[in-house]
Amino acid sequence: MIYLDNSATTKPYQEVIDSFTQVSEKYYGNPSSIHRTGAAAERLLWRARQQAAELLDVKEEEIVFTSGGTEGNNTAIKGIALAHQKRGRHIITSCIEHPSVLEACRGLEGLGFSVTYLPVNHQGLVDPAAVEAAITEETILISIMHVNNELGTIQPVEEIGKIAKQYPKLHFHVDHVQGFGKVPMPLTNSGIDLCTISGHKIHGLKGTGLLYAKKGTHLFPLMHGGGQEQSIRSGTENLAGTVSLVKALRLILEEQQKGKQHLLDMKERLWSCLDKTKQVSINSPAGHAPHIINISVPGFKPEVLIHALSEKGYYISTKSACSSKNEDVSAVLAACGMPESKSSSALRISLSYHNQQREIEGFCKALGETLHQFSEVMG
Amino acid sequence: MHYEYILIRYGEIALKGKNRKFFTQKLQENVQSELKDIPDIKVKRQRDRMYILLNGQDPEPIINRCKTIFGIHSLSKAIKVDNEEEQIKKAALFALQEAQGVNTFKVTTKRTDKNFPVRSQQFNQVLGGYLLKNTEGYTVDVHQPDMELRVEIRQDGTYITSQKILAAGGLPVGSSGKTLLLLSGGIDSPVAGYLTMKRGVQVEAVHFHSPPFTSERAKQKVFDLARQLTKYGHSIRIHVVPFTKLQQKVHQVIPHGYSMTVMRRMMMRISEQIASREGILSLTTGESLGQVASQTMESMHAINEVTNYPVLRPLITMDKEDIIDISQQIDTYDISIRPYEDCCTVFVPDAPKTMPRKEKVNQFEQAEDFSDLLTETLENIEVVTIDSQAKEEEFDALL
Repeated sequence: MIYLDNSATTKPYQEVIDSFTQVSEKYYGNPSSIHRTGAAAERLLWRARQQAAELLDVKEEEIVFTSGGTEGNNTAIKGIALAHQKRGRHIITSCIEHPSVLEACRGLEGLGFSVTYLPVNHQGLVDPAAVEAAITEETILISIMHVNNELGTIQPVEEIGKIAKQYPKLHFHVDHVQGFGKVPMPLTNSGIDLCTISGHKIHGLKGTGLLYAKKGTHLFPLMHGGGQEQSIRSGTENLAGTVSLVKALRLILEEQQKGKQHLLDMKERLWSCLDKTKQVSINSPAGHAPHIINISVPGFKPEVLIHALSEKGYYISTKSACSSKNEDVSAVLAACGMPESKSSSALRISLSYHNQQREIEGFCKALGETLHQFSEVMG
Repeated sequence: MHYEYILIRYGEIALKGKNRKFFTQKLQENVQSELKDIPDIKVKRQRDRMYILLNGQDPEPIINRCKTIFGIHSLSKAIKVDNEEEQIKKAALFALQEAQGVNTFKVTTKRTDKNFPVRSQQFNQVLGGYLLKNTEGYTVDVHQPDMELRVEIRQDGTYITSQKILAAGGLPVGSSGKTLLLLSGGIDSPVAGYLTMKRGVQVEAVHFHSPPFTSERAKQKVFDLARQLTKYGHSIRIHVVPFTKLQQKVHQVIPHGYSMTVMRRMMMRISEQIASREGILSLTTGESLGQVASQTMESMHAINEVTNYPVLRPLITMDKEDIIDISQQIDTYDISIRPYEDCCTVFVPDAPKTMPRKEKVNQFEQAEDFSDLLTETLENIEVVTIDSQAKEEEFDALL
């Protein structure tokens, strides 16, 4: 099996699974208990937080461990909205965000908030000038993703951060779920107040993640209770999950150092083979995320290609896994102004450091054969 | 082009006369030890400055670490080129463009190699003009520039240095002897430790632990505080004193108004004993005049009676807010406010005497025999060495 659907989820590192089981067996104490087992669990949690902070170059108290990307995005968006609604009730985001951002915003619209969904250009890029133009006295939050999950477009978050810095009243949230470990994004001095990271996209486990919340950022918690995670996310800590997440953070950043070129080489190889295949048109903008290529094969039903390829042992996806069940066109591609022939026939190939060049070669061959095989029927 | 050196300017050491070499050597050792895990770099000492030869290493993390080493006044990244106009221009252009947040600059040339054909003043203008012509958005400001680009034309080459980054100042740790810090876990004592370290003092710590009245977490808190302090110098040895029995006895036999005073005197006696056996010449506390009952003039008078060692009290005249400010700067505050009981908060009488009388304290102490308990306590001290890197191998493997 050749797994090329790493933006949907990744295979956990063996070390991560080992840490999870070891912590579950040995440190099952509740970090809030005052006896020794509790103290050891608390200590381990603290070390995990310290290491996470060190890896992200932020402060320990700025780390909030969560259950993943959806929770991180919801905590940030609803948390800011509810905590600062007296100051203003306007939110700026883009129309190509992940559903956990878009739906959170739509939910808030139902509560009386107003939301500006910024358009994107044909590459899927948000224009920083449009962000600035959308800011009003009422604006309390800008939420823009770093790397788009369908196209791999890298948003100009650095520039948007500079703009956000000039408006101290508003907060800037970045959904970094697809970018972390692949496309560096420094947090210090960036103007970013909140940043979502998910564990299972970086070879960690499902149900793990973290939210960076800059010191002094006030959030209304989604979970009230015992005051864990700086009172932003109450509930007995998932210590085993947290430790495994922090291990995944460390390992993916090490791989990013070592494997940067390997990933680029694979993408380049894949890009050139797709570029040469006449039925295929590449939707991803050149020079963006090193691990995502989105293509369209007009005239071919994407599901059919996926099934045919998976029979040959290659796993890729249509659109993003999170919205694959909707029959309609890709909203992201439609937002980029692509015709329906393209936006309804899109496929996504997403790589990880663990893929190999020969897998890419194999995939290109398999895709070629599949297209050839079906072109008589469908093409 | 890239930076080849980091230039280190001395702080107060520069004022030292004949002892200067002792101080600079100490500083060199401290810098080397702080950077020992970075391969290929070299730390070179000269009379008036020090250089770190980068050999291809990224200067930024090195500068960040050096910022907390006492004895360094400031740092700058530097490039060395031949005494040749074109090369100097290119290096200056690189330094200007690489610097962050700079809108205005000035060039200061110092020409010690008089063979170089252009005079300093003239060369400032040549270089300034070249930089303005080859960049956009910069202006020259000779009074308050964002960046002073220093060009030193020496016999062995020309050094171009970038922005001056201020460091911690003070004297190199280890150049002023050793002290024993009474480290409780509160906000004050780590700040006192930090300030003595800043004056070049090497610190060991003593902590009084009273299980089960104080918990493992309280002890861990003190270790974490000490680890925070290691950032400013060296690994720290902590003498953990098993204080329960002695504290209980004091509580039982001494009238409650005086139990706190006697307890403090016991702490002083034990600390002095530790200092004496470790060859440490002074004690340090986080006392601040009038802050609590034990820190009134009368209390200090009564407590200090039991030791002849100098007791350093760097916070003695400071306000609580100022102490908190420093504790936040040195990242000990968040650890200090963890809510665990320490030996000073258990057995606290309702109304400790703020004006204890020395004669009375002596009278109460003499009525009892504490000597066996004191000996037993001293024999059971546990010594823990805290390194800058938390060594918890079991945890590290999991993470």
